[in-house]
Amino acid sequence: MNGRTAIVGIGATEFSKDSGRSELRLAVEAVRAALDDAGLAPADVDGLVTFTMDTSPEITVAQAAGMGELSFFSRVHYGGGAACATVQQAALAVAAGVAEVVVCYRAFNERSGRRFGSGVQRREPSAEGAALGWVMPFGLLTPASWVAMAAQRYLHTYGLTPESAFGPVAVTARRHAATNPAAYFHGRPITLADHASSRWIAEPLRLLDCCQETDGGQAIVVTSLERARDLPHPPAVVAAAAQGSGRGQEQMTGFHTGDLTGLSESAVVARQLWRTTGLGPADIDVGILYDHFTPFVLMQLEEYGFCARGEAAYFVAEDRLPLNTHGGQLGEAYLHGMNGIAEGVRQIRGTSVNQVAGAARALVTAGTGVPTSGLVLTADG
Amino acid sequence: MHTDEDLTERLKAFEGRPAATEGTGKDPVNLPMIRHWCEALGDTNPAYSGPDAIAPPTMLQAWTMGGLSGHTGRSAAYDELLGLLDAAGCTSVVATDCEQEYDRPLRPGDEITFDTVIESVSDRKTTKLGSGHFVTTRTDIRVGPDLAGTHRFRILKYAPAARPEKPPRPRPVVNRDNAGFWEGVRDRKLLLQRCTACAAPRHPWLPGCNACGGLDWDTVEASGEGTVYSYVVMHHPPFPAFDPPYAVALIELAEGVRMLGNVIGVPYDKVRIGLPVRVEFREHDDESTLPVWRVTG
Repeated sequence: MNGRTAIVGIGATEFSKDSGRSELRLAVEAVRAALDDAGLAPADVDGLVTFTMDTSPEITVAQAAGMGELSFFSRVHYGGGAACATVQQAALAVAAGVAEVVVCYRAFNERSGRRFGSGVQRREPSAEGAALGWVMPFGLLTPASWVAMAAQRYLHTYGLTPESAFGPVAVTARRHAATNPAAYFHGRPITLADHASSRWIAEPLRLLDCCQETDGGQAIVVTSLERARDLPHPPAVVAAAAQGSGRGQEQMTGFHTGDLTGLSESAVVARQLWRTTGLGPADIDVGILYDHFTPFVLMQLEEYGFCARGEAAYFVAEDRLPLNTHGGQLGEAYLHGMNGIAEGVRQIRGTSVNQVAGAARALVTAGTGVPTSGLVLTADG
Repeated sequence: MHTDEDLTERLKAFEGRPAATEGTGKDPVNLPMIRHWCEALGDTNPAYSGPDAIAPPTMLQAWTMGGLSGHTGRSAAYDELLGLLDAAGCTSVVATDCEQEYDRPLRPGDEITFDTVIESVSDRKTTKLGSGHFVTTRTDIRVGPDLAGTHRFRILKYAPAARPEKPPRPRPVVNRDNAGFWEGVRDRKLLLQRCTACAAPRHPWLPGCNACGGLDWDTVEASGEGTVYSYVVMHHPPFPAFDPPYAVALIELAEGVRMLGNVIGVPYDKVRIGLPVRVEFREHDDESTLPVWRVTG
């Protein structure tokens, strides 16, 4: 699989707070835009991959997007942790010869419809429901609150303050979003003081530590590297793709094992990506690290080996790696990490609004605190 | 039954009528009360002590107060006004604000008299507390014939707004794999699962052991001692079952397992990593008993 497939098309709807149309419509628009970008037609598609959380089934997207028969369709679980794994599924299918052109998509009205930030207060008595049942009765009900528990322990362990540790991540994202016309926060950079004075959501997390909530859709087209070379854009080669789940892994409420200062699922992905590519953090030109909440960007930098444990805040403050050059989910849009994959592709193509000169190797990651995934995208040749 | 307009009209008829006539201070202006006032407020202004002391001007109302032995000089009109409001359902009262003007300083030995007039009664107003009428009185405080100051005082007499009923907390999610834990809590016991193969205690409850894969287990009652491993202070969004801000803590038990809970015995902003805690049980409503962690050190 590795190095044999490439991302050849990216397409998105506008990123808004109220799309005014259905999630299915958003999915279809994004898929069509990605195919146009790839120079392919709906009839070329024989595989579709999305998230288990997505409300638009593969068959319905195929039907509404003018596609015919599908020979591969798959979904990945665990919320935003699925993002890069959709590309892994596509690459596996293409490399195995079960499909030739696979489109990965994610679309939702996450701001105007069901907002994840509004929290959960009731779950069915399934295994997943029971896992949340250990935290709900005590009032820990939102993604921000679940991340905040680990964030507090991280600050305590390394003797950091929320302002100095998390502020640079937010400022960096908004600086990049400010120059990205597609970003919701285009033209609206923030300062460390803005971050420090934003209101508490779940201490130690402030408003500006939390990603946006967004309506929109994003799609990614994957095919063989061989075919990619005949298509309009330079291929973004899927040099490595990996999933990871740590020992005793939970979904967002992983409080019961480990020291809460790291992300064991990211370590599993990092090991695979570095081993497969023979690359290391020093070889990476740009990092697109999933930023649902600022503390987990720090922990990812540490898990991927960009810096020592407890040092990531300084690493970010010193701009030692071009990071989330689209503005991240804090600044551009919250598309469950799929918009980050698109930014990785633009960097390899050389078309990012915040282009890193000569970028040839991008690390892209998916949601953490849940079973996760990651990609190394490289230029061809 | 009177309409709102009827009531307002009757209330407004009290404007200009006396609320107290020829009241007298219970004590002359005196140094001990001045000293207590200054100490309570932390006011170290030298003007309020020594041989030429004056009373802090803001004590103006204090010299008119009835104390526990009751008011002097309160008029029938004022009692009638309050009675009318009570009868209209405005049974609660809250002081909202006061304004004072100072004409001459009060000195130890001054004996004050005062007259209070019902200056105004507002139209019906609806506030967060409830719906009612603001009543403003003006008290002129004199020493002999001289005006020492004026104290304008406003209260809201109101019918308390119905409080929205607080919904119950989210329920534990009970199924066949974890029912034993929640049954234990109902019986005020904190039960940990223990693998019978490798003796590892575990939490949350699961049908098998992550350490060795063993499927057989028994339970052990936790000592109930633990420390705060981490915590979150919840602010937003405001869930109606809880009163933000509130703290949620991750407790590391003496047995080595962790579980989530709320900490009691310190305010939400005093919860810290490392605080020692001990389990108690609290009934939140008829159907829900939850463990709760009291700070012990």
